[in-house]
Amino acid sequence: MARITAAVTTSHVPAIGAALDNGKSHEPYWQKVFAGYAKSKEWIAEQKPDVVILVYNDHATAFSLDIVPTFAIGCAASYQPADEGWGPRPVPVVEGHPALATHIAHSVIQQDFDLTIVNKMDVDHGLTVPLSVMFGQPEAWPVKVIPIAVNVVLYPVPSGARCLALGRAIRKAVDTFDEDLNVQIWGTGGMSHQLQGPRAGLINQEWDNRFLDRFVNDPVGLSEIPHIEYVREAGSEGIELVMWLIARGALNAQVKPIHRFYHVPASNTAVGHLVLENT
Amino acid sequence: MALDKPYLDVPGTTIFDAEQAQKGYHLNMFAMSLMKAPNRDRFRADNSAYLNEWPMTQNQKEAVLARDYNRMIASGGNIYFLAKIFSCDGLSFQQGAASMTGMTQEQYAQMMLNGGRSPEGNRYLGEKK
Repeated sequence: MARITAAVTTSHVPAIGAALDNGKSHEPYWQKVFAGYAKSKEWIAEQKPDVVILVYNDHATAFSLDIVPTFAIGCAASYQPADEGWGPRPVPVVEGHPALATHIAHSVIQQDFDLTIVNKMDVDHGLTVPLSVMFGQPEAWPVKVIPIAVNVVLYPVPSGARCLALGRAIRKAVDTFDEDLNVQIWGTGGMSHQLQGPRAGLINQEWDNRFLDRFVNDPVGLSEIPHIEYVREAGSEGIELVMWLIARGALNAQVKPIHRFYHVPASNTAVGHLVLENT
Repeated sequence: MALDKPYLDVPGTTIFDAEQAQKGYHLNMFAMSLMKAPNRDRFRADNSAYLNEWPMTQNQKEAVLARDYNRMIASGGNIYFLAKIFSCDGLSFQQGAASMTGMTQEQYAQMMLNGGRSPEGNRYLGEKK
C-alpha cells in the first residue's frame, strides 16, 4: 500500500531559485539560506520518496484571471518549468504520477472536495524552488510529483480549516492506493512577507515562530486563525501559509520533528522550513 | 447585505478580491502577456503601441507607462501579474517591491537585512507608530 511517511514545509521565494540558477548560492547572503536545508538534503537522500504531493500556489502563471480554481490537482505525466517573464528556470522537467494523482482526485472529490483536474500546465517557482532547495541541481528530479495548486492570490482564499481537512482527505486517498509507494507531502509558501504597496517588506518573526510551534503541536488550533490575522500580522502574501496546513492534515496528530529552520531575509521574505515524520 | 471585507483598514495594503480583479482584468491580462518572449520584445520596442492593443483604461495605461505600481494596484492590478512588467524591465522582486514603499532600493534592502518592516504601528489605519 502507498503511505504518507513525512511532510516537508518550506518557503518558495523565487530569488532562492534564481540564486541557485545563477551560481550565487555560495555568496554569504545566500549561504545563510541554503545552509538551513543541508540537514534536510541528507535526510531526503536516505528517505528516497517515490512521490511528492507538492502543495503550492500558482503565481499568475498557469492560471490567468480567465479561470481561477480554488484547489487544483495535476494529473499529467509531466510539467514544464514556466517562463514567468525572465525565461524558464534551467531545471529538469517535472515528472508526474498520473495513476496516483487520478486516484487521489477520485477519492478526494468523493469526500466532498471539489478539486479541479488539470491535465496540462506549466509549473512556476512555487513548485520548482522547493524541489531545488531539497534536491539541489540534479540532471533529473529524483521523485515523481503530484502538484496541488491552491488559490491564495484572489480573495477569498480557502480557510486554514478547509486546508487541514483537505489534507486529511488526501491522506485517506493515499492510504487506499494499492501500489507500494513511499509518499511525502510538501506544503510551501510563506512565511511572513508582503510584496505590494507602501507596507511591502513586512516581516513578523515572533508570529512566524509561533506558527512553526503550533504547526507541530496544535494544528487544529492553528487552522482556526482567520485570514485577516495573516494579512495584519504576516503581510498580505503571508496568507500562503494556509497551504502548509494541507500537508499537516495528511500527517498523524502526533508527529516526529526532524528539522526546523527560520531565517530573515531572502529578498522580501522570511524563510521557514520544517521536516516532520509520521510516527 | 454588504460582503464581509475585514481587510480594508490595513495600512498600505490592497487585498486583491473579486471586485478588484474585475476592475483590473485587462491590466492583469496585459501584464501576463509578457510571459511570452515575442510579446516582451514588442512591448520593449514601443510601450504605448503595445498597451493600445489592450482595452485598458487611460489611467491604467498611464500607470504602466510611469511604472507606478501603487497606482496600478489601486486600479485593479495584482502584484503577481504586475511582476511580469518589472521582470520584463529586468528588475528583481525586491526592486519591484521597493519601488512601492517610497524608499530607495538600497534603503529597502537594508531594512530587509535588519529584519524587515516591523508590524508595530502597521496593523491598522491611523494606528500610532
